[in-house]
Amino acid sequence: MEKTMNLTLKVWRQKNAATDGQFVEYPLKDVSEDSSFLEMLDILNEELVEQGKEPVAFDHDCREGICGTCSMTINGTAHGPQRATTACQLHMRHFHDGQTITIEPWRAKPFPVMKDLIVDRTPFDRIMQAGGFITGRAGSAVEANAMPIPKGTADYAMDAAACIGCGACVAACPNASAMLFTAAKVAHMNSLPQGKPEKDRRALAMVTTMDGEGFGGCTNIGECEAVCPKEISLDMIAQLNRDYAAAQVKSFFKAV
Amino acid sequence: MNLDAKIPEGPIAEKWSKHKVKMKLVNPANRRKYHIIVVGSGLAGGAAAASLAEQGYNVSCFCYQDSPRRAHSIAAQGGINAAKNYQNDGDSVYRLFYDTVKGGDYRAREANVYRLAEVSNNIIDQCVASGVPFAREYGGQLANRSFGGAQVARTFYARGQTGQQLLLGAYSSLSRQIGLGKVTMYNRHEMLDVVKVDGHAKGIIVRNMATGEVSRHAGDCVVLATGGYGNVFFLSTNAQGCNVTAAYRAYKRGAGFANPCYTQIHPTCIPVHGEQQSKLTLMSESLRNDGRVWVPKSAETAQKIREGKLSGNDVPEDERDYFLERKYPSFGNLAPRDISSRAAKEACDEGRGIAATGLGVFLDFRDAIKRDGRKAIEERYGNLFDMYECITGDNPYQVPMMIFPAVHYTMGGLWVDYNLESTIPGMFVGGEANFSDHGANRLGASALMQGLADGYFVLPYTVGNYLGEQGVAAAGQITTEHPAFAEVEADVKARIDKLLSINGTESPRSFHKRLGQIIWEKCGMARSKAGLQEAIQEVQALRKEFWENVRVVGDADGINPELEKAGRVADFMEFGELMCRDALMREESCGGHFRVEHQTEEGEAKRDDENFSFVGVWEYLGDDAEPGLHRESLIYENVKLATRSYK
Repeated sequence: MEKTMNLTLKVWRQKNAATDGQFVEYPLKDVSEDSSFLEMLDILNEELVEQGKEPVAFDHDCREGICGTCSMTINGTAHGPQRATTACQLHMRHFHDGQTITIEPWRAKPFPVMKDLIVDRTPFDRIMQAGGFITGRAGSAVEANAMPIPKGTADYAMDAAACIGCGACVAACPNASAMLFTAAKVAHMNSLPQGKPEKDRRALAMVTTMDGEGFGGCTNIGECEAVCPKEISLDMIAQLNRDYAAAQVKSFFKAV
Repeated sequence: MNLDAKIPEGPIAEKWSKHKVKMKLVNPANRRKYHIIVVGSGLAGGAAAASLAEQGYNVSCFCYQDSPRRAHSIAAQGGINAAKNYQNDGDSVYRLFYDTVKGGDYRAREANVYRLAEVSNNIIDQCVASGVPFAREYGGQLANRSFGGAQVARTFYARGQTGQQLLLGAYSSLSRQIGLGKVTMYNRHEMLDVVKVDGHAKGIIVRNMATGEVSRHAGDCVVLATGGYGNVFFLSTNAQGCNVTAAYRAYKRGAGFANPCYTQIHPTCIPVHGEQQSKLTLMSESLRNDGRVWVPKSAETAQKIREGKLSGNDVPEDERDYFLERKYPSFGNLAPRDISSRAAKEACDEGRGIAATGLGVFLDFRDAIKRDGRKAIEERYGNLFDMYECITGDNPYQVPMMIFPAVHYTMGGLWVDYNLESTIPGMFVGGEANFSDHGANRLGASALMQGLADGYFVLPYTVGNYLGEQGVAAAGQITTEHPAFAEVEADVKARIDKLLSINGTESPRSFHKRLGQIIWEKCGMARSKAGLQEAIQEVQALRKEFWENVRVVGDADGINPELEKAGRVADFMEFGELMCRDALMREESCGGHFRVEHQTEEGEAKRDDENFSFVGVWEYLGDDAEPGLHRESLIYENVKLATRSYK
């Protein structure tokens, strides 16, 4: 039969970007251990609505770990204690009766808080707009099997492309660096033959935009890899550093 | 309501090419004078916005998510079909077309389906060129797998994340156009109404979900790619934000809504855990290749399992009922989605369900593990088993999985002609939001195909044709200063004020849940005349109660998820009634629509081709008036109508 638990939640409440926020404590009863973490927040919110109070605003959508919308730091860890798991796929059976759970938004200067647990992650979109694509119009593609791609290369590109763009890497990094995100995107496209013609341009443009958005530098701490729900590897960052250095050298001699 | 489908003349294989030659073109230098509004950034919307911008049009694209990369296309797992015939196993454009029409239980429009099959190959080319990392063989060629309803292996995939990778492909093309300034992207914006000028769609009213600002946007035409309406059931595999609002608002402004009762229930989802459930998670149907579906023969045994006094493993072989193998010996556990779902429901209705809620059946890998070894099963389904354990806490290598059907996809949608233009001129509809390609049941791996076909290869032609017909002198002539905009904007604002002013006692979520229960019970897997009549009355009563007693906390300025939810639930209320009316009207069973009055002696769906071989299109005639029914006859010239049999 269903087991339930009683919890104390310490949730970050902030009206909007212009005002200061603070933690507010809420007791919560009868949470099923089979509920997901976000379902637990649904229960809290329904209770708040019943009391005529504003519910906790948080970003969420697919609730199956793929859209990358949910974004909250749970007891100090981005997406919470389960490895390789987004907050929406985290289940309450990993918590215990009587526990206090602290919930706060991503903390990073380039991701300003919009309300409660919601932050603005549009800098990621702008990094993509700078070079996270392969130029080519619909209709101009050659036959799909015209260019064989070794299985290993395709698998590596897929490992990189698995990134869901949630921003946990930035939230976990003491420097608020977006290197893991940017590196994953660059590695995905630079490793494929279709992405090679724009390899140098891509690395330079995306890194420049990333820096311009105010993300910090990477100092190889590795917190990003530890919290990444899709287990994107730090090796991607090493690859980006190589691609970037090579592109910079080349750019001294010719336009890339 | 004019339902001229504008199907081109000529043999089916030549229709699309001939049509393209006849279409009006817009000179490249003139394209920059036009402005196109695209609502939705999934496969259909994202691909259409990117492709139209590449052609030189100015595009504004809107999505409710915080980034266009998060549209719900991202959650599709299995794959995308194409008639490449890379496996040399007899596939062809015609066969893909035929399988899709048959899989749709002969309720789709032939010409559209043929075009879908025809452009399917271009989609794979386009995706590979844009960097989609499809699975490959060791020789470097693209890999395929097979899916339900087909006898060839034509499905392309990227692990279990095909939708994600295809969407990221479209999103990267879209991002490039945003960077170039050809697309203006509006994240966190929700479309709340359509603006018509002289009968043509010329703009939309949106609410900025971050600031609460309501604003007007004018264009030379509008493309809706706003997805399906599965969340009318409250619990579905859809994302939390998926809604019918954009499509329903268009319906209320004169767009015909086609076949709303065609909904797909997927048999292999993780069962509901209890009252706190917010969504359902799909498990790939590939699991049914090795898993055996069963419930106990006796209701008493099932009762003990429900109470936790007995485990599935304790039930001896001769007390198990492998009901799919028993009823459908030739297809067994791989019977199609609609049929497997109904069989599971019947077993639970008989009191033999095994989950704590009574709503669940076993999917057991015991025999497969004994036969092939745990390692082989782990290689095939390891990630799915992990996902199952993550959600339920049970280890499926040791105890049988529990599954139950859940709402997954909606085949109905806004009516469109061959050009994907709705009954409102200048309003185009793509992807799941339209009705055109899947008939009464969609085959696996065909949703992604349709979204990208519409976005990359159909809309870029047909939208241009419409703009060309309007003439370059008309480009950009309608602005938001036109009085029609002020009028619709006032309606939108009044509705928001109304929702906020009721100040009742019940939350929008609670109303949504109650609505979902009615629709699931009475317009779900099995529907009856009496049940549907009751459902209509219950939904009407619930809607009345909603407008008297809903409580929307917060205000209209800034982020207010309660207000967003309230608006969507209000539309689901009205839409749910329309769905029931459609199901009531359709006195036959076909695909995902099963009327208990219309079944064979063995309990299978019984179509009535003589009287119901048509698309049911509904016209809005007022909030309290019954909608008007129009019919588009379905004529089959290339496929012979037959009864589906899986015995």
